[in-house]
Amino acid sequence: MSTVKTELEKTAARAPQERTEPFRTISGRPIDRLYTSEDVRTLDYGRDVADPGTFPYTRGIHATGYRGKFWTMRQFAGFGTAAESNARYKQLLASGGTGLSVAFDLPTLMGRDPDHELSLGEVGKCGVSVASLADMETLFEGIDLAGITTSMTINSPAPMIFAMYLAVAQQQGASWETLSGTIQNDILKEFIAQKEFIFPPRPSMRLITDIFQFCTQQVPKWNTISVSGYHIREAGATAAQELAFTLRDGVEYVQYGVEAGLDVDAFAPRISFFFNAHSDFFEEIAKYRAARRIWAHVMRDRFHAKDPRSWQLRFHTQTAGVSLTAQQPYNNVVRTALQALAAALGGTNSLHTNSLDEALSLPTDEAVTIALRTQQILAAESGVSDVVDPLGGSYFVEKLTRDLEEEALAYFDTIDRMGGMVAAIERGYPQAEIAESAYRFQQAVERKEQVMVGVNAYVQTDETPIDILYIDDSASAKALAQLEALKRRRDGAAVQRTLAALKAGATSGVNTMPLLLDAVRTYATVGEMCDALREVWGEYEEVPII
Amino acid sequence: MSQKIRVVIAKPGLDGHDRGAKVIARALRDAGMEVIYTGLRQTPEQIVGAALQEDADVIGLSILSGAHLHICPRIMELLKEKGLQDVLVVLGGIIPEQDIPSLNEMGITGVFMPGSPMQHIVDFINKSARARVEQI
Repeated sequence: MSTVKTELEKTAARAPQERTEPFRTISGRPIDRLYTSEDVRTLDYGRDVADPGTFPYTRGIHATGYRGKFWTMRQFAGFGTAAESNARYKQLLASGGTGLSVAFDLPTLMGRDPDHELSLGEVGKCGVSVASLADMETLFEGIDLAGITTSMTINSPAPMIFAMYLAVAQQQGASWETLSGTIQNDILKEFIAQKEFIFPPRPSMRLITDIFQFCTQQVPKWNTISVSGYHIREAGATAAQELAFTLRDGVEYVQYGVEAGLDVDAFAPRISFFFNAHSDFFEEIAKYRAARRIWAHVMRDRFHAKDPRSWQLRFHTQTAGVSLTAQQPYNNVVRTALQALAAALGGTNSLHTNSLDEALSLPTDEAVTIALRTQQILAAESGVSDVVDPLGGSYFVEKLTRDLEEEALAYFDTIDRMGGMVAAIERGYPQAEIAESAYRFQQAVERKEQVMVGVNAYVQTDETPIDILYIDDSASAKALAQLEALKRRRDGAAVQRTLAALKAGATSGVNTMPLLLDAVRTYATVGEMCDALREVWGEYEEVPII
Repeated sequence: MSQKIRVVIAKPGLDGHDRGAKVIARALRDAGMEVIYTGLRQTPEQIVGAALQEDADVIGLSILSGAHLHICPRIMELLKEKGLQDVLVVLGGIIPEQDIPSLNEMGITGVFMPGSPMQHIVDFINKSARARVEQI
């Protein structure tokens, strides 16, 4: 032990006696009582940390941080019919939200129409129902797509939904050259965690590289993918696993893009990321910093990208839904505020804050407003947006950043040796890691090693239930009626022609985006387009790992 | 006690959020029950079919999508059709408080909210299913 720490032990012996529990982050990482210069002895500022806006971007990608550009306040929203969600979006924009984020319902996410047998009871419940271009038109009615950025959380049917958005933009007279926004379009994390897959991995990757290619030529300001760790974390991963699997997914997408013949600098600048903001405050801040550093090196040293924009990791963050409780829901406002603070101190470029009723239902208007105000208070009142990377140089934070980086890179090695992420998924590797972490966490909660206020400590047995947003089946009835009317008025023969062309293109290997645009303009439905591709590629069935 | 309680854990409908279902499956297994996990996107017909095939004492449903008032009645109806009305059905997920009476009325008495300790679920199944197993 160093002399500094030996002295410390003598001083500690005279201090109040410590609790004896094992001290670990929520991810299970052991942490010390104190961090000193000893812990960062080998850290080199220029090489490892550097100024913000300078490789490897540990401190942020913008030299002026939030002084130059606040994070986007982008609240995820959507429910019921397109008309109802349109109203919510207008409300969010009027309340000060600075970007839109669309939540789709399960049938839409799974490439099924509202009238499919599996859609029973699901239409409009978890998000907005979008069956065709007609719904997309309604969703953005009165909203100028040229003047805002929209993020769409859609994965397997991302190409179809993106084609619809492009068609609406065109109708509005908005130029694709300057159109900006994001589609999540991250199929690997579906196989790993969220499970909203349709087609098998390889055809799914092809759809993604088609979008990379299409956008480099026609929609150059669009973020073609939001490589996500949020869902991986929610499924039970630790912070290191979230970091590792997300970035390794990113590596896989770049690899596939390059193998599809694209120049890395043509598409890599438009790759974006999406992380969780979980409860362990310092671990999260370190995670974001490690993410930027790892990605900068990956892009420059592994893929030899030349454009600095290819090296810069940009990310959206959502506070951790899984950490919020059904019990004593007002406590969730506090949890969300702390998590949002971690995200801001980690330099997130965009942020969604969850509502207090997250564990109960989709949010009420009041709950959504509090969530948005949380961000506004953070930005305007706390001072965190006035200094770039204020925790940079903290012994603890720099040590944690490096530890997380090392742990993530060890996972990279393992996955590389398996032959890459698609291969690792086919073997069930990340899925098994996550299942194990999830079970261990639950055991820790059961044993009260992990305290959850209101759940296994400070429990109240006499709670009055709060009012929640109750989503009934009225959206379903409307969606079904609209679908029926649509099918009667559209040119059925034109729809069939475009679907046949789509199937042919899927088989022959041409870019599917132009074919999807054709189909979408005939008002082919999400279900019809996905079914056409199901006929070509089949459906993926997972082997569940408990 | 000779026989292990046999539990089918199922994810009905389109929802793919399986963390809870898998954690509960493992907890029940650790508690000495025989657990079969159906995997995702099961129809009510497939779930009841699995229960029949596996000679299940219990069906555990995980529904986070809000579709419970469509899925559950269909499952209870099918169980009756197949002569499986003695199978204990328990439900976990995102279930509004106001829907619980309807669920109780259709025969689902074990409804577990987020934050329910695994041990409560184990105890509930042990108590309720054990009684049924012993009746046969």
